Amino acid sequence: MVDLPQKMVGLISCSGEGCVEGTISRIATLLVLEKLRPAQTVTICLPLFLAGGKEERAFAKFYPTITVDGCEKLCAKIGTERYSGKPASSIVVTDLNGNQNCSTTGSKRKLDDQAIALTEKVAERIAQEVDEVLNHWK
Amino acid sequence: MNSTMQNKVVVIPCSGIGKALGTVGREATYEVVENMRKDVTETICLALLVSGDEESVQLVQHNKCITVDGCPLQCAEKNVRIAGGDLAASLRVVDALRENRGLKPKSVAFLDSDGQQLTRAVAEKIASKVDAILGA
Repeated sequence: MVDLPQKMVGLISCSGEGCVEGTISRIATLLVLEKLRPAQTVTICLPLFLAGGKEERAFAKFYPTITVDGCEKLCAKIGTERYSGKPASSIVVTDLNGNQNCSTTGSKRKLDDQAIALTEKVAERIAQEVDEVLNHWK
Repeated sequence: MNSTMQNKVVVIPCSGIGKALGTVGREATYEVVENMRKDVTETICLALLVSGDEESVQLVQHNKCITVDGCPLQCAEKNVRIAGGDLAASLRVVDALRENRGLKPKSVAFLDSDGQQLTRAVAEKIASKVDAILGA
């Protein structure tokens, strides 16, 4: 992890290898990190965080976080609450997809047009939440 | 997902978000489980396993596992060991990068040409390990 400026939001995406919504959460997070809010966000590897990564847990204790989960199992949100604190915001891909269940069939990595549109929607939502968090930062 | 499935190999990549080599490991895993060896392999969410999900734990304990890590922290290998998984092989993308020194993958969300080439090289290694485990 690099040296951090004063105001920064941590994005914690589920790894989501098991369903396409996991890929969507991951790519949406990266879109925010690389394009939409590159100067205001960092990301944290969730398995490293859950497994006891000290820098990752320390960051999440002292900086606001936004969790991005692919499905209702909420690995990112639950793990963040358990090891660092309540995230400032929590986004679930399936909530933005009409509460449809996590897909377990078909390709988990090749996003069709519908999935790409959902990815962009999730990224925009994350960016909005980043702005909200930074606006309310005391 | 059936935790008692037999003769399948569970391929588990690190999440590696934020790093191109993490994406390579993930994409290589998908190439194997969706195309190259789709009938004999499966993958699971590493974060779900780390969280202690009982079905995921049972899956790695009752089937041969291959971990694919992007960086030297080797989160996938360590966490499969912690879960008591039957670890048959452990691969590191960084090792494949050393064997393909001309490749310099940079983009993370969507792999560039070098990243795609490295993905194919890693996928071949995974598939070879799967064959060896299953005695093909």
